[in-house]
Amino acid sequence: MSYYRGMTTQVVSITGYQGDKGEAYYARPEGNGPFGAVVLIHHMPGWDNWTMEAVRKLAHQGLIGIAPNLYFREPGSPDDQAAKARADGGVSDDQVVGDVEGALAFLRAQKEFNGKVGVMGFCSGGRHAFICAGRIASMKAIVDCWGGSLIVDDPALLTPKRPINPIDYAKDIQCPILGIFGNEDKNPDPAQVDKIEAVLKSLGKTYSFHRYDGAGHGFFGSERPAYRVEQALDGWKKTYDFFHQHLD
Amino acid sequence: MCTYIVETTKLMGAAKGPQGWVSIDTANVYFDHPFHAPLDHSLNIDFMNQSDGLTQRIAVELSADSAMRLVESILAALKQGEAAHF
Repeated sequence: MSYYRGMTTQVVSITGYQGDKGEAYYARPEGNGPFGAVVLIHHMPGWDNWTMEAVRKLAHQGLIGIAPNLYFREPGSPDDQAAKARADGGVSDDQVVGDVEGALAFLRAQKEFNGKVGVMGFCSGGRHAFICAGRIASMKAIVDCWGGSLIVDDPALLTPKRPINPIDYAKDIQCPILGIFGNEDKNPDPAQVDKIEAVLKSLGKTYSFHRYDGAGHGFFGSERPAYRVEQALDGWKKTYDFFHQHLD
Repeated sequence: MCTYIVETTKLMGAAKGPQGWVSIDTANVYFDHPFHAPLDHSLNIDFMNQSDGLTQRIAVELSADSAMRLVESILAALKQGEAAHF
């Protein structure tokens, strides 16, 4: 086998929440596998180039990556869809979980999939990943990259679309948790990360949090000023090692 | 963290998009991660026609500094124009 691994990428159809027909970006490594898989949940700006790049990074490391478009119900291009979803107050947590379960159903039908799946998300996608890890029992690992608002202190901020305080799902998470955070982030800030960690610790969960100095929000994003090369490379290395440990 | 904050304002006018000129009646304004601009956060404005089912969106993503300058320019242009025309 060559030093560099090839991969195949495609946009696939999935059946999401309430049977809605949606789409996902799918990348599988070269070879027969079988491979572990990661459902990657995009951030609020939507199903963008960065999300596809992250999926390919996973495939390059010998993991199947799949990123459902959480805004597929809206018309237009992915940026138009994201704008519409924002104007509507975002998508509901139930809908996100349903769409992720649709991605899982797609994975189960792929002969290259080894049956072990994890979930990863950035920003609001990190929050969604946390919720999915609590609500979908088959998840074997979760990587939360700076997911904010995991702890909602003011009940008035709970809405019909987001009715449950995400931290309440912590007790239901049965898989190992990897958390990656920047110490200069505002949401979650270090004090909020401390609170999340305290809850996981009190519940006896298996978790590993990594907090990076000199990094703020979204520091993996190589096309944005927040990119921090040293911290991002270390964070990705920890992510790959974690998923291989639990999904191979 | 991504937010769901959106300031919506009704307006009257027209904007030119890929399909030519369209009437617009709504602007959604928010300061959050951009889709395209090489910024961590940007002031985003989506001009749309709500009454037409939001079929077209004319979007801009501006740095915070340039958005503030744009606000000042708009106010200055309005003031000078009103003095000249009325």
